Amino acid sequence: MSTVAEAAAARAAAAAGPEAVTFAKALTTAMADAMRADDGVVVFGEDVAKLGGVFRITDGLNAEFGEQRCFDTPLAESGIVGMALGMAMNGMRPVVEMQFDAFAYPAFEQIASHVAKMHNRTRGRVTLPMVIRVPYSGGIGGVEHHCDSSEAYYAHTPGLKVFTPSSVADAYWLLREAIASDDPVVFMEPKKLYWSKEAVDLEALRADFEATNVEASRKGEGRAAVVRPGADATIIAYGPSVPPALAAAEAASAEGRSVEVVDLRTIVPFDDETVCASVRKTGRVVVVAEAQGFASVASEVTARVQERCFHSLAAPVRRVTGFDIPFPPPKLEHWYLPGVDRILDALDELQWED
Amino acid sequence: MTIPAEAQEAVKRFGISIEDYMLPVHGQIQILSEDGTMLPEEQRGSSPGHQYPVPSDSELLEAYRQLVIGRRVNDQNSALVRQGRLAVYPSSHGQEACQVAAALCLRDGDWMFPTYRDSVAVMTRGVDPVETMTLFRGDWHGGYDPHAHKVGIQSTPLTTQLLHAVGVAHAAKLRGEDTVVLAMCGDGATSEGDFHEALNFAAVFHLPVVFFIQNNQYAISVPLAHQTVAPSLAHKAVGYGMAGERVDGNDIVALLAVLDRAVTLARAGSGPLLVEANTYRMQAHTNADDATRYRNQAEVEAWAAKDPLNRMRHYLRSTGHLTDDAETAFAGDAEDIAQQLRDGLNAEPRLDPQDLFRHVFTEPTPQLREQAAFLRDELARDEQSALSLGREEH
Repeated sequence: MSTVAEAAAARAAAAAGPEAVTFAKALTTAMADAMRADDGVVVFGEDVAKLGGVFRITDGLNAEFGEQRCFDTPLAESGIVGMALGMAMNGMRPVVEMQFDAFAYPAFEQIASHVAKMHNRTRGRVTLPMVIRVPYSGGIGGVEHHCDSSEAYYAHTPGLKVFTPSSVADAYWLLREAIASDDPVVFMEPKKLYWSKEAVDLEALRADFEATNVEASRKGEGRAAVVRPGADATIIAYGPSVPPALAAAEAASAEGRSVEVVDLRTIVPFDDETVCASVRKTGRVVVVAEAQGFASVASEVTARVQERCFHSLAAPVRRVTGFDIPFPPPKLEHWYLPGVDRILDALDELQWED
Repeated sequence: MTIPAEAQEAVKRFGISIEDYMLPVHGQIQILSEDGTMLPEEQRGSSPGHQYPVPSDSELLEAYRQLVIGRRVNDQNSALVRQGRLAVYPSSHGQEACQVAAALCLRDGDWMFPTYRDSVAVMTRGVDPVETMTLFRGDWHGGYDPHAHKVGIQSTPLTTQLLHAVGVAHAAKLRGEDTVVLAMCGDGATSEGDFHEALNFAAVFHLPVVFFIQNNQYAISVPLAHQTVAPSLAHKAVGYGMAGERVDGNDIVALLAVLDRAVTLARAGSGPLLVEANTYRMQAHTNADDATRYRNQAEVEAWAAKDPLNRMRHYLRSTGHLTDDAETAFAGDAEDIAQQLRDGLNAEPRLDPQDLFRHVFTEPTPQLREQAAFLRDELARDEQSALSLGREEH
């Protein structure tokens, strides 16, 4: 009896397409799949074991893999990262969680002075296959020190890869790539997207990932992607800024403008090729990032575009970023966050001839 | 609370408390007196639960050979700095007993995590002397393969290596290996946050790490009294639930005895231990430092009288273990390594500007490939214009 019912349910599910899963679930599944595939993958940090992390991203890993593979540490971020470095140099692939963006700063010396530099210092004799997961950026009404966009610190430090997904499928895929990477990866998770849902078949993604081994074939390359094609202008965004960029592109299309959106996906390595191909096609660019604009990833993108695509540009590149202020208190953050209107205004300023 | 087996044993056998097992002895463990005579057991500073067997004569003779080599290495490297062949050399002159004991207490499969002042320990462990000095010559940030002799790479940030040691031990423990990791630092490093985090992590995860502090009394110019008012650095161990011990850092016999036991206990699953060695940096911090600005000659002379080589030599000569022939042979061994250092460091290093880009990542990014090409072109243009300039002149 149950087999008939189950078969019927399965048919119905297949007809409906994959179930909607959260960004958080994709991350959890990526870690679980990586742990199943490789005994050397271990997950640790503050509150990650029994609690499953304050955002529940490691939920269930301790139960499935045990205390040896997913465990809580003392409350000390430098200790977490420094110990992970030692484990990585001794044959393991640690994936560590920093509880919040600003709580990663005590680990900055370990990250900048050793994680980033060990491979170079030892002429490649010591590789550090490790992932530092950092929930970052705002939009959740978090108190001070819970909403920093700290990606520029890491991107500015040679020797670190910096990945940041903006979709459920990318949350899975990029985290698998990060764990498979022989270089250390700072994996920046836009925390406001943790609860976003998309219909994604994680099983199929796993099969794809395990069949392709992308990390081996595209080790040093950036992974930017055109996430919405368009012809008249390009919005370049990453992480938490991709959803507002897509919404702005949608709104612009209602006004008759065809706007392409490029999601950087990896800040390091940077994908000049994909970015420049889009810019050369459209000739107009808005760079969107939630971080403060001064000396930021948005500054770098803008500079690269103007250096490489100047003769294709019909207007100066515009940036829509956070203001150069400490991240605002919860009740004021909506004035800070780059939203659809601000992006549309910037698009309007691109010296249109019509 | 998990009580290490050794503590339980000490509690049972000597009727002491866990705290007394974890606290260091009053004073310090010393087996060889400052004038080089073997002290009777009751004068070695030991107490119940803190007894140490004396290493064998053959071990001691080999240790002395290494001391002679270590002293020669220190003095040769300092000379090479004066000759401009090395950019800098933090000498461990006066601390050779600590350096040698650190290397000799470990097995091949164990790991050592040294500081920048521990080049003699690194070489005693078997790392090539010239490769060890690469960092100080300035042709790369590190010259040896850490995996080859299981020696962490020396670098200048303070105390950060203790956490790397903890991680290496943790990985080994998870795989069920019986590796012990010796994590080295100085007295100044005990003020850093990573010191606390490393000791606490090692203790909480019950890892086979022996923390070895060479207390040479100064962090560049700042004396120990400005770092801590704890009764000793070894006392810090008890706060983490681990055993600490204090040892005369200029007495190689005591150092070997204490470190051997610590390594044996750690290997047997005692969890981490801490050993503080009292010693003295006889020379300035580096050639760029002027030690006369912060310490007086009387203090330096008092420590010179405790020289680790002299007292060991006196002991081995007076007991007949060190023959004239052996002394000649040891001096010859030391001279061979000094020669190796001179030859290696007087030779011009092979510098390839493309190396700048090669190891930033396991594979260069497109941006690094572009920058590598930029430098290659710039250098080719420079060479071209130098050539055409040469033609014009002829």
